[in-house]
Amino acid sequence: MSNLIDQTMIIAILPEIGLVVLIGLVLLFGGIWKGKRLKGLGWLTAAGLGVLIVLSLVFAGPQAENQLVWGNMLHHDWYGLVFRLIFMLGAAITAIIAMEYDYGQKSEFYILLLTSTLGMNLMASAADLIMLYLAFETASIPLYVLAGFLKREKSSVEAGFKYLLFGAMSSALMLFGFSLIYGFTGMTNLADLAQAVVQGVFPPSAVLVSLLLVLIGFSFKISAFPFHFWAPDIYQGAATPISGFLSTASKAAGFSVLLRVMFVVYPSLTGQWQLILGIISGLTMTVGNIIALTQKDLKRLLAYSSIAHAGYILIGISAASAFGVGSAVFYIGTYLLTNLTAFGAVALAGEKTGSFAVDDFDGLSRRSPGLALIMLVSLLSLAGMPPFGGFIAKVLVFAAGVRGGMLWLVAVGALNSIIGLFYYLIVLKHVYLYLPQEGAPKLTFPKPAVATLALLSLGIIVIGTLFSPWYHWALNAAQNLF
Amino acid sequence: MQFPIISVIVLTPVVTGLILFLLPGERKNLIRYTALTAAVIDLLLSFWVYLSYDITAGGYQFLEKFTWLPQLGISYSVGVDGMNAPLVLLTGVVMFTGVLISWGIDDRPREFFGFLFILATGVFGVFVSLDVFMLFFFYEIAVFPMYLLISIWGWKKTREYAAMKLTLYLFIGSMVSLVGALAMYFVSGMGSFDMFVLQDANFSVAFQRVWFPFVFMGFAVLGGIWPFHNWSPDGHVAAPTAVSMFHAGVLMKLGAFAALRVGIMLLPEGAKFWMPYVILLALVNVVYGAFIAMRQNDFKYVIGFSSVSHMGLVMMGFATLNADGLTGAGVQMFSHGIMTALFFAVVGMIYDRAHTRQIDELGGFAKKMPFVAVAFIVGGLVSMGMPGFSGFVAEFPIFMGVWQTQPWIAVVASISIVITASYIIRIVTSVFFGKMPESYADHIGDVALRDKIALGLLSALLILIGILPYPTRMVPLVTSGVENILRLLGGV
Repeated sequence: MSNLIDQTMIIAILPEIGLVVLIGLVLLFGGIWKGKRLKGLGWLTAAGLGVLIVLSLVFAGPQAENQLVWGNMLHHDWYGLVFRLIFMLGAAITAIIAMEYDYGQKSEFYILLLTSTLGMNLMASAADLIMLYLAFETASIPLYVLAGFLKREKSSVEAGFKYLLFGAMSSALMLFGFSLIYGFTGMTNLADLAQAVVQGVFPPSAVLVSLLLVLIGFSFKISAFPFHFWAPDIYQGAATPISGFLSTASKAAGFSVLLRVMFVVYPSLTGQWQLILGIISGLTMTVGNIIALTQKDLKRLLAYSSIAHAGYILIGISAASAFGVGSAVFYIGTYLLTNLTAFGAVALAGEKTGSFAVDDFDGLSRRSPGLALIMLVSLLSLAGMPPFGGFIAKVLVFAAGVRGGMLWLVAVGALNSIIGLFYYLIVLKHVYLYLPQEGAPKLTFPKPAVATLALLSLGIIVIGTLFSPWYHWALNAAQNLF
Repeated sequence: MQFPIISVIVLTPVVTGLILFLLPGERKNLIRYTALTAAVIDLLLSFWVYLSYDITAGGYQFLEKFTWLPQLGISYSVGVDGMNAPLVLLTGVVMFTGVLISWGIDDRPREFFGFLFILATGVFGVFVSLDVFMLFFFYEIAVFPMYLLISIWGWKKTREYAAMKLTLYLFIGSMVSLVGALAMYFVSGMGSFDMFVLQDANFSVAFQRVWFPFVFMGFAVLGGIWPFHNWSPDGHVAAPTAVSMFHAGVLMKLGAFAALRVGIMLLPEGAKFWMPYVILLALVNVVYGAFIAMRQNDFKYVIGFSSVSHMGLVMMGFATLNADGLTGAGVQMFSHGIMTALFFAVVGMIYDRAHTRQIDELGGFAKKMPFVAVAFIVGGLVSMGMPGFSGFVAEFPIFMGVWQTQPWIAVVASISIVITASYIIRIVTSVFFGKMPESYADHIGDVALRDKIALGLLSALLILIGILPYPTRMVPLVTSGVENILRLLGGV
């Protein structure tokens, strides 16, 4: 019995243990604290996640080689760690932004957020189909609730319900894919499955069908074409910090399993899925960007832009190389920071003025120069301009595409970045150029949120100028899959 | 370790920009003086680099190199040779004069100077970079502040349209070049973006011929090459004065210079194959640009199209691929930069007073602002290529170079000199002489001392280089840079 659970196994799930403890603490203090002190729940969540990030960095570092722990259910590797850090960072930022608003005064909010993060963490390190599915649902179900968290607002409830229906549908298809895999091979471990595919235990046509079904489930999570329809409605209806979380951490979680499954289970089919993902990538970014052009609501605009970014990330993946995956991971990390900053800034300004219409952001630079500058940084980074992180991230995925021989896809990506630049500039035009409405007062915002956003903007610039250490991590993570 | 002078030049503006953003926006004079201090530092340092570059030793000097992303062979690598030393000086001069001229900007000067300085860092960075990735990095930094500068502080009528047009054109160009550069990186197999490494990559002739047009034209868009020149006059006209100066004076050189560095120097075989066609495009620039300039009624559009015409001469000089043409093009980049900055400064001063730029509604400014009139005439003479002014030092070798390759092009292009003379003389007579309209004659005064300092510096440079092309080091410097290019082209 004593050898059943050893130290490495504990270390491997240290962040998850910490999350469970944190959930308990939030529950406890949610009961004790009353009134104004409830805001402290946000601090507690953010600080707890911060501590967990540091602890994981210090103690949970994996061995050089890929380890399987907990009855071969989980990986303990760099790949999982990097993604877990990304998710926890995303959740911490979301908590800080959310705690200023009514919904951020409830312990349920943070518990759901943390539970979802727990699920994502397990997604990133899952080594077994069963684990993968459980983690997938653990991450998704709290998000359905969070999307509908503003239960007095029709749009939020609608968003939650819609998300649930779309999610259940795609998850059912994915599960059907899993059952095909299990039915033909009798195995659930990802690495064993790869062997089965190679040895031909598994009829080729069934392999392809299972691949497609699994892809559908993941495409939903990353909001890739043609499973992107849910994103704009839900981002618009949900509370803005939650939209930010959905568009970053949740999307990153989708990518973490997509990458793992494609490269571990289906490496022998690389030729096929490379093309499929390439086509999905091209369509995703084109559709996202073109529809974003016509949006009048900033949350919807960011929703379509986040669809387009999924397309850019897919360029790196469809290059099907360690370099490509490293670039994609780098992109995901940068994108998380950038998009959370953008959503955060939009949340602050929009909640204050009560409107998310692009027209109501007119003259923001006169009403709040600081927040306008933060928006400038995040939107230009999304557009892929140096010295912000988005530039180097985009160059890396394009470079991976060129090296992977997907020159046509890179050309599509380059054209898309131009469309992207166009609509980001239009938003900035409203912020910087147009005058505010007569008598519009100066805006002030809660200090912790603004400080966080300023710090994030600085982070975007740091990533965009000193990219070597971060890229090193991303590449390390990518090497675990090969 | 020696003093990292180039990095200081490159980073001073952006650091100042960041400091400006931290200052309180209401203290406008504090902001202006901070900006001026940074501009003076950069001006002095760029003069220092220009004067202390060792011509007899040649090659790249003031080298600095740090690894940036070692996994991909990206490094921060800067240095100066005979080709870019004048351009660094040009940027320093335009930055300094630009700050002086923009003293009167009253709407959010903090943001204005902040963005202007970020732009300046981008420009310096491109001129000195010896790494292709780094060049792109700074190139993009130079593009985006332009959008804000034009759309916020520009001319109300066209600014939104012009700013968007300009940004999209330049971004498309840079994307095309970027894909080309990535192809070069992977095909070379050297795993490095360093220009010295890529110079020796021995790309196959077929590869060079396929990719040269992408890389060259992508950058040449910013150089204003026909038929992709359309953004430039609109952008010049819509931009506020200092930005027009930067834009026409420096930014267009950025495109031409990057096309030279990445296109011609790294893909020389491609250049040899495509240059006979590029020279035709440049010819259209030169002649067509001049004709359009002649037909304009808006003072600023005249200057805008004259830039298109003169940048055509730069491209034409490049396209000859011989010593005379390249030397002329190198000098022309500097001379035209200073001259155009001067022109736009003058246009700005006149517009601020008369609130119109229609040539037939202007007149008699020489009486009110004699200094400005003299400065403009100096610029005009440079523009016409008169001996004794820097324009002659630049344009004469270009025509000699073109004559050596295709004499008929030189003949056709020379028409532009006549047309240039016609539009310059037209402006001088109807704007500076003649009778000043009654409507604003009584409330127009002379320009401020700081404006005179700016104009004086610009005209002095034009005259000095014109009279003393060798003692001012301009021609020897560029010649030494050209030797390096010719060596890469296979020792013509």
